[in-house]
Amino acid sequence: MTEQLSKINAGDVYHVVDAGVIGQLRHAFSDAMAMTRRNLLRYLRIPDLLVFSTIQPVIFLVLFTYVFGGAVKGLHTSYIDFLIPGIVIQTVAFGSTQTGVGLAEDMGKGLIERFRSLPMARSAVMAGRTIADSARNLAVIFLMIAVGYLIGFRFHNGILPALFSIVLAVLFGFALSWISAFTGLAAKNVEGAQVASFIWIFPLTFASAAFVPVNTMPGWLQGFVKVNPITNAVDALRALSLGGPTARYVLYTLLWTVGLIAVFAPLAVGRYKTKT
Amino acid sequence: MLVEYSSELLIEVDCVSKSFGSYLAVDSVSFSVPRGQIFGLLGPNGAGKTTIVKILTTLLSPDSGRATVAGLDVVKEPRRLRSRIGLAGQYAAVDENLTGRENLDLVGRLYHLPKKLVRSRSAELLNDFDLTGAADRVAKGYSGGMRRRLDLAAALIAEPVVLFLDEPTTGLDPRSRNDLWEVLERLAAMGSTILLTTQYLEEADRLAQNLAVIDSGKVIAMGTPSELKSLVGSSVLEVALEDASRHDEAAIVLSAIALDPNKVEIVAGRIRMAIRERSGIVADVVRLLDQSGLPVAEVAVMKPTLDDAFLSLVGHGTKGGSYD
Ligand SMILES: Nc1ncnc2c1ncn2[C@@H]1O[C@H](COP(=O)(O)OP(=O)(O)OP(=O)(O)O)[C@@H](O)[C@H]1O
Ligand SMILES: [Mg+2]
Repeated sequence: MTEQLSKINAGDVYHVVDAGVIGQLRHAFSDAMAMTRRNLLRYLRIPDLLVFSTIQPVIFLVLFTYVFGGAVKGLHTSYIDFLIPGIVIQTVAFGSTQTGVGLAEDMGKGLIERFRSLPMARSAVMAGRTIADSARNLAVIFLMIAVGYLIGFRFHNGILPALFSIVLAVLFGFALSWISAFTGLAAKNVEGAQVASFIWIFPLTFASAAFVPVNTMPGWLQGFVKVNPITNAVDALRALSLGGPTARYVLYTLLWTVGLIAVFAPLAVGRYKTKT
Repeated sequence: MLVEYSSELLIEVDCVSKSFGSYLAVDSVSFSVPRGQIFGLLGPNGAGKTTIVKILTTLLSPDSGRATVAGLDVVKEPRRLRSRIGLAGQYAAVDENLTGRENLDLVGRLYHLPKKLVRSRSAELLNDFDLTGAADRVAKGYSGGMRRRLDLAAALIAEPVVLFLDEPTTGLDPRSRNDLWEVLERLAAMGSTILLTTQYLEEADRLAQNLAVIDSGKVIAMGTPSELKSLVGSSVLEVALEDASRHDEAAIVLSAIALDPNKVEIVAGRIRMAIRERSGIVADVVRLLDQSGLPVAEVAVMKPTLDDAFLSLVGHGTKGGSYD
């Protein structure tokens, strides 16, 4: 052991004093970025995870297009144009389960304990997860749109609405990630976290307008489907890519996004703080 | 300077209690650790060692009592406190998907150290802990000993004022354990303040200057390892003569140095008695008996071990099986 150890206890040389609110915010941001980087590295280090999280949505896209495409009648557009917004939202919804799973994994390995003993921002562990998962979502959405273009998908409403629809999908996924963060921290293990997410994401995604038009469903289901935030998000994306009135759908989706974050981010951080 | 510092208490625990539900895991524990000391918390499974460490590192808040680390209250100033401590928990907390170096860089950044400093500290610590060769390999492939060392390096990256080590050598093979002891001894020699928990008496004896023995959440004894040993008492002298028939004579001669002259026994062909251990005692015994014309065949002095102390303190009924 070299001489640097002698510096231990010599004084608080490196201990940065929090410089008020601004300093704390700066730390919260840099901590979240450090954690995001760490979580993204995970995708590079586990090739299976990368393949699973990119190939699976593409398989869904291709299967749905050719399996359901012929059966769905009464659309004003081609099925692929109808499907892409739905499958993009499905992808971010399913992808959000990874946030909770990742947190449960960290907990199981004692990493959360280490993070909690560090002077880092209380929000950074979860923010790092939700931001990393949003970055992954963004990459997967681009991949799906590229594959979609190969099998006939087109944006019909111009480039800006198209880009905005991608941003909206990522934001919506970010909000869902916070729910998953909350349930993941509440779960006892990775399997528990997985179940805790899928149990609400699965029905919510399929009982929506994501894959088939609402008017093909029984009346009692239509009521639920119409208030389902997933339906709202899908409608917003459809309006943005196909044209037609967009304001209401986009507004509702943004409200859902903000509302979910406002509720679940504090809940998740609270749970993290008191985790024993 | 040194004298001034050595009187400063870097850990102060005052009547701290903590329950989980109705189970009292830590029961009015008090102790203090001056700057530059290695303090050992010794106790069996479920004694409450980890709970105490978690309270002092702000992972759990105490139900009652007061505790400060580096002068900062664990409840009132957790954030500043965290920037002054390092923790290596009971289970090595290593991100398996990052390399050794990336692990250290991450922890360094989360302590808000300047980037350059993080880089140089990582390199130094990897070198100190014999991990340079594996530094750029993903930690998933590390052995248990390597993970422990990496975990300890992470705890040291910000040069903490107080270091907490919860069973740092549990699960290591004897060689890795020995290596780690050497590292800790070097840290100690350089004046680190360390709180260490352990179930191994040998470890406490070798590393800690002061010990608290914990059982069922209570401190049941406190002192230096030798003080604790002396609680169980004295050393035992055993002598065998070449001519076993003269043991009675020898017993009378030896009663002069016995702790209790009335308790010199002859057991299994040997003379056996409690003595006060000191250097040169064996030579004195041999000379004493020689002068009386009693040639000695064998002399043995048995010191009490910390094991004896521990077992007699904790007693029979240690609670087993805690999974935390
Ligand atoms: N989060 C918790 N919830 C409920 N009980 C707990 C919790 N943490 C610890 N305990 C209980 O408190 C007691 C003390 O546990 P602690 O982990 O502090 O012991 P320890 O001395 O560290 O034991 P070991 O040597 O096994 O690590 C045990 O009986 C344990 O079961
Ligand atoms: Mg323990």
